[in-house]
Amino acid sequence: MNRLLVSNGLILDPVTASVKTSDVYIADGNIVAIDHRPEGFEAEQTIDASGLIISPGLVDLCARLREPGLEFKADIHSEVTAAASAGITTLCCPPDTNPVIDEPAVVELIHRKAATAAHTNVVTLGALTRRLEGQLLSEMSTLHAAGCVGVSNSRKPVANTLILRRAYSYAANCGITVFIEPDEHWLSMGGCAHDGSVATRLGLNGIPVSAETVAISRALELILETGVKAHFGRLSSAHGVELIRRAKERGMEITADVSAHQLFLNEMDINSFNSMCHVLPPLRSQRDMEALRQAVKDGVIDAICSDHQPHEPDAKQAPFASTQPGISSLETLLALTLRLVHEQVVPTYTALSLLSTQPAAILGLNTGVLAADRPADICIYDPDQDWQLDASGMLSRGKNTPFEGWNFQGKVRYTIIGGTLVHTA
Amino acid sequence: MVNKSTRPTDPLIGNDSWNIQLDSNGRLKHFLTIEGLGSEILTNILDTAESFANVNEQRVKKVPLLRGKTIVNLFFEASTRTRTTFELAAKRLSADILNINISTSATSKGESLLDTLQNLQAMLCDMFIVRHSDSGAAHFIAGNVAPHISVINAGDGRHAHPTQAMLDMFTIRRNKGKDFGQLRVAIVGDLLHSRVARSQIHALNILNTGDVRVIAPKTLIPTDIEDMGVSVFNDLEAGIKDADVIIMLRLQKERMQGAFLPSEHEYYSQYGLTEERLRTAKDDAIVMHPGPINRGVEIESRVADGERSVILDQVKYGISVRMAIMSMVLGREPEHDETEAN
Repeated sequence: MNRLLVSNGLILDPVTASVKTSDVYIADGNIVAIDHRPEGFEAEQTIDASGLIISPGLVDLCARLREPGLEFKADIHSEVTAAASAGITTLCCPPDTNPVIDEPAVVELIHRKAATAAHTNVVTLGALTRRLEGQLLSEMSTLHAAGCVGVSNSRKPVANTLILRRAYSYAANCGITVFIEPDEHWLSMGGCAHDGSVATRLGLNGIPVSAETVAISRALELILETGVKAHFGRLSSAHGVELIRRAKERGMEITADVSAHQLFLNEMDINSFNSMCHVLPPLRSQRDMEALRQAVKDGVIDAICSDHQPHEPDAKQAPFASTQPGISSLETLLALTLRLVHEQVVPTYTALSLLSTQPAAILGLNTGVLAADRPADICIYDPDQDWQLDASGMLSRGKNTPFEGWNFQGKVRYTIIGGTLVHTA
Repeated sequence: MVNKSTRPTDPLIGNDSWNIQLDSNGRLKHFLTIEGLGSEILTNILDTAESFANVNEQRVKKVPLLRGKTIVNLFFEASTRTRTTFELAAKRLSADILNINISTSATSKGESLLDTLQNLQAMLCDMFIVRHSDSGAAHFIAGNVAPHISVINAGDGRHAHPTQAMLDMFTIRRNKGKDFGQLRVAIVGDLLHSRVARSQIHALNILNTGDVRVIAPKTLIPTDIEDMGVSVFNDLEAGIKDADVIIMLRLQKERMQGAFLPSEHEYYSQYGLTEERLRTAKDDAIVMHPGPINRGVEIESRVADGERSVILDQVKYGISVRMAIMSMVLGREPEHDETEAN
């Protein structure tokens, strides 16, 4: 028995676009009621949420935990602790671990370690092809049964389109969602920056927009033919967004996400060979960034994720192209998304939905909603608290962030996962 | 504290990538890229090089300007000509110079670039002259060395080769005079892979050149290069029409492998500079090439060895220009806080 009361917090109602002060009653891991005290409810613990916003816990569609395989960068314990402190109550781990998530033992290992850490829930994507090599199908049904919420080939290529078609077809047969990180390997190979004027000036190998759009186009045709349920992750370009928009308009039931940093950085930010801005897909032009923001506003993009990739310091200490791509971004996910609210791109309830309700639905999870009988996965933040990012103070073992020194407004105060208060600030 | 509540970088000028080249008095501390330097600094380099050109023509070709200074030639990529001219320039300035060829030493044993630097730094040298196959390597090194060490970029990836560009400007000035305003300069060849061309384009534009053109097949033109202030031509004769200066770039043989071009023969048939095509340019046009040249691939022997060619002058001027840059960088008055640190 664990009874928790969150009192006097503000809940945003997306239907009426209104804010109301509410109490949330939690028992046995679930929300049991909102507003009205259930008969006989005696709270063992009460959180005074006056002046704070109560949001569904954040659901992050893509976070690399580096375990198993790259524990010198980070591990499950360190990263789920960081995630919980950032209001993230569920995160999805892509299959490109070492060993790859292509057999149940690896799924079990990750789930067991995450459970031991007792912070953010971790769900996994299984490999679409064995060892992500793009040759043989993985045992998707077995992986699904072991707990994988979808399958993906990560950013690894499936060069043979017939194999890709059969993989989608088989996934459709198993009723599993395919998560696609669109990248045409041959077009992006050797590249480290957007193929545009900045890469030209700095003499960096460019990755053209077609690396994304060719992959999206190929995938869309195969999705149409196979009927597989599909999600496109980490869009980076205006043209990529346009392809998704048109496919949705045609009635295809696809979804898409963008990583938060793509909405705030563009190719100009790598100007001084800033390796913290070395990411894949690359930061593209200002115009692309604006198109991604517009797509978030229009609902073409359904979710914002962290695309968290923690690194040891050495990984970023080299000439730009030789550094490893990625940002340690769990702890800026909420802050950056709230900044979209301050910059009047989206209202607060939309921002929170992009971070919780919608990604939860994409993953097919029961969470992401504040309602009775749903899991009590809750993020409570102070919308007015100003703070400045100090990378050395981040809980993630990866301190690699281009947002060092940025000022943000809105900070997590409490994180509740499965009815247990796991983080207080 | 800087307020970073808005975007911390300026969308127009970026992160001031060149600022680390200048000390607190606005003088050259490192020489990493031409980009962002003012015409005053470039002109100063050219004028100083002019005075060293006289030294190089005397019987005793040595001045004591950098006596007691230690310079390390740090080449992570093979080079004969550039390394040798830096070495000669250093010796003529009376500096001690050490050649380290890293491609066959430390990094091939798995040592990181940063470790290599720290080891060399411990030898108490004053300047690194760096060549590396990664774009941005010289910036990275300059950002990670001890504050008393200066870095000169002798070529980083496809990014920059600023001393080469300065000796090219010197060659143009000697032949065409100080006013670049009326000049039409055409750069021909593999722009995509050329650090020399990128630095030349910056230098030409900073010196206010009237018309800067680049000429190459589309597969060898970098995306949006127009943004650097050039006009793009895919036809050689149209591009070099009435040009005052033609700069040919070397075509690497491996470009056939990446499907940039079908064959050297076809390239030469369309982009090779022959005597006949040269007639399209002005009668007194000069022909330049950073070397080493591929005869019969990008340039006809009769042109390379002909009276319009200033290719060997470029090599000669390379010494004076590098002397100028090294003496300006190492001969600065110490900065205030540096004096304190010492």
